[in-house]
Amino acid sequence: MKKAARSTAPERNPVGITTPTYLGMPKFPKLAAPELRNPVLRHNLQMATHTIRDKRAQVVGEVDDWEALRVDGARSKDAALNNLDEHLEELERNLQKAGATVHWARDAEEACSIVVELVQESLGAPAKYSEERSGGETSWGGGEVVKVKSMATQEIELNEALEAAGISAWETDLAELIVQLGHDRPSHILVPAIHRNRSQIREIFDREMGKVGRPAPDGMTDEPAQLAEAARQHLREKFLRARVAISGANFAVADTGTLVVLESEGNGRMCLTLPETLISVVGIEKVVPTWDDLGTFMQLLPRSSTGERMNPYTTMWTGATPDDGPQDVHVVLLDNGRTRVLEDELGRQALRCIRCSACLNVCPVYERAGGHAYGSVYPGPIGAVLTPQLRGTASPIDESLPYASSLCGACFDACPVRIDIPRMLVELRSQVVDQHRGGVPSAEAAGMRAASWVFGNHKRLEGVQAGAAAASRLFGKRTSISQLPWPASAWTQARNAPTPPKESFRSWWRRTHEEPRS
Amino acid sequence: MSTAREEILGRIRHALDGSGARTADTAAGPVGMTGAPTPGSTAHDAMVERFVEVTADYRAVVQRCGPEQLAAHVAAALQAYGAGRVVIPPGLEQDWLSASEAEFVIDDDVSTEGLDRCDAVVTAASVGIAETGTIVLDHTADQGRRALTLVPDVHVCVIRESQVTPDVPGAIRLLRPAIEAHRALTWISGPSATSDIELNRIEGVHGPRHLHVIVVAG
Repeated sequence: MKKAARSTAPERNPVGITTPTYLGMPKFPKLAAPELRNPVLRHNLQMATHTIRDKRAQVVGEVDDWEALRVDGARSKDAALNNLDEHLEELERNLQKAGATVHWARDAEEACSIVVELVQESLGAPAKYSEERSGGETSWGGGEVVKVKSMATQEIELNEALEAAGISAWETDLAELIVQLGHDRPSHILVPAIHRNRSQIREIFDREMGKVGRPAPDGMTDEPAQLAEAARQHLREKFLRARVAISGANFAVADTGTLVVLESEGNGRMCLTLPETLISVVGIEKVVPTWDDLGTFMQLLPRSSTGERMNPYTTMWTGATPDDGPQDVHVVLLDNGRTRVLEDELGRQALRCIRCSACLNVCPVYERAGGHAYGSVYPGPIGAVLTPQLRGTASPIDESLPYASSLCGACFDACPVRIDIPRMLVELRSQVVDQHRGGVPSAEAAGMRAASWVFGNHKRLEGVQAGAAAASRLFGKRTSISQLPWPASAWTQARNAPTPPKESFRSWWRRTHEEPRS
Repeated sequence: MSTAREEILGRIRHALDGSGARTADTAAGPVGMTGAPTPGSTAHDAMVERFVEVTADYRAVVQRCGPEQLAAHVAAALQAYGAGRVVIPPGLEQDWLSASEAEFVIDDDVSTEGLDRCDAVVTAASVGIAETGTIVLDHTADQGRRALTLVPDVHVCVIRESQVTPDVPGAIRLLRPAIEAHRALTWISGPSATSDIELNRIEGVHGPRHLHVIVVAG
């Protein structure tokens, strides 16, 4: 994409770390193929995305001027991003004033080690624990933390880092719990277990809950209310005894130092209220300039994400509140490729994203391929533009993501902060094409180059057209070809090719319109 | 001190400086804010009625009553849920409880396990939002610390008509002083719920499974 004009250093900010889970993944079409052949998955996804689409459309329709809200959401986020350094410093000052400790993490690895160390300190682990661990011997029995659903901690694979340090991290959001107990990967930003139906969930709960705590009740059916009850009972003991919680934040308000978490179940409130220590990992793009900006976002986000006028619970906290909730409050501000995205004038729009997932729910590609094919914790249209910018386009999966779209534009219409996803996809495609210039050309590139040579001169074009007209006689009355020879066979695998016309437009024109030369 | 801090801020400046991004913040006025109607007017009453409807839409039980009926309503609500042991914040008006025979525990740093043994909690509220059916607690003395309204399974919440405001931006304005005083806020819209199983809304997961709102005149 267009690089910002700059007179000084030409080097770019570093991309974020690709975490082990996603390292070496094949390209999107390869990942999508098995998902497309899974009828249960397609049924689950279609049901879920259509349900949420209808709900969203209804509550968005209730708002007098939704467009004005979208414009204001984009304005607020742009204001934050355009002076991001100042807003972050203001946020830090206000957090510190309210008794919070602020940490900065350049990448996933640094963020994980900050959090692991903080957890070890809070739980009273021996200071040298991590070194002892590498020796294989430890006197510390490990510990546990409870977690509120957070995209940032998934992005950095914090749970894996905690586990490596002997700390169990319990996901407490129902969908995250389903994913964690199922040893699965999330497939949706808001509803990570969207690919699972009730009977699959029942099976997972029945099989796994007992291994890590209170087992699922005997005779539990796949009635959603019973599944929710099982989760309530399973997690309750963990909430009541937890001493450390880890969260993300939906918004971080610069001018007050307030963090905001929206949720539904009350698991967020449990984590944000009951433990002694609270550690929040917050991407630097989560900052909004002023408290008043929440007036817009608290309208945009619930309606766009769960299709509700308001989500059941929202907690807003400013540092440590005396005699109320955790007294040891930490905030980890995370870069991990975000400053790289910020460099690009168009691409930085992706940092406006408030993770509502409205674009996933309306996307025809997501609805069929599902979230796992995107090879990232950020699936769907926003993932297709965010992931290749955060991680760069060096790997097969990352360079294939900008093509995981039909460019229909539904994602832009649904986006509450007006991220122009289709335009960014096109720009990213050109970036991927550019990076393949030079070296051995692909079949497609060779074909395109040949076409460009032919189209560059009318005599060449007419020559090719005359050849095509001659070839058309071979097909007789047929109008389409169902199988072309390799390499064009790749095209006819999924569609027919038309037979060449008997006559080109130019020769037809000459024959019917031009005076015969005398 | 923190090198990561300097480096991240440096990267941000590297990305933004000279790119034309550095435009001044243009703070627009709040979007979707309608003025609050005068208390006592028909418009105000319609707004409160809207609050009642929308709150009930998310499966909360909502009642309207005059101040003289309040104690009876609180007592009836607690009885309906079979709440024998009820925790209350230290600043709650005792008159509200005068008609109930439940055992009231005034919160004095009750342990989490202690709260778990309480059947219900009765609190006041700070702000109500009509268009979304939301109650906001700012956790002052008549609402208590956050754990109080989280652990017990029944939350009976009393809100005055004058605390109801039409919309979200209006509520945000009203709540700024609480935030500046570093108080935590809890926004509650109906009882605990989840949409994580096939995207159907199911009430009752970790938070109180019953939200009973009493809107009192005045």
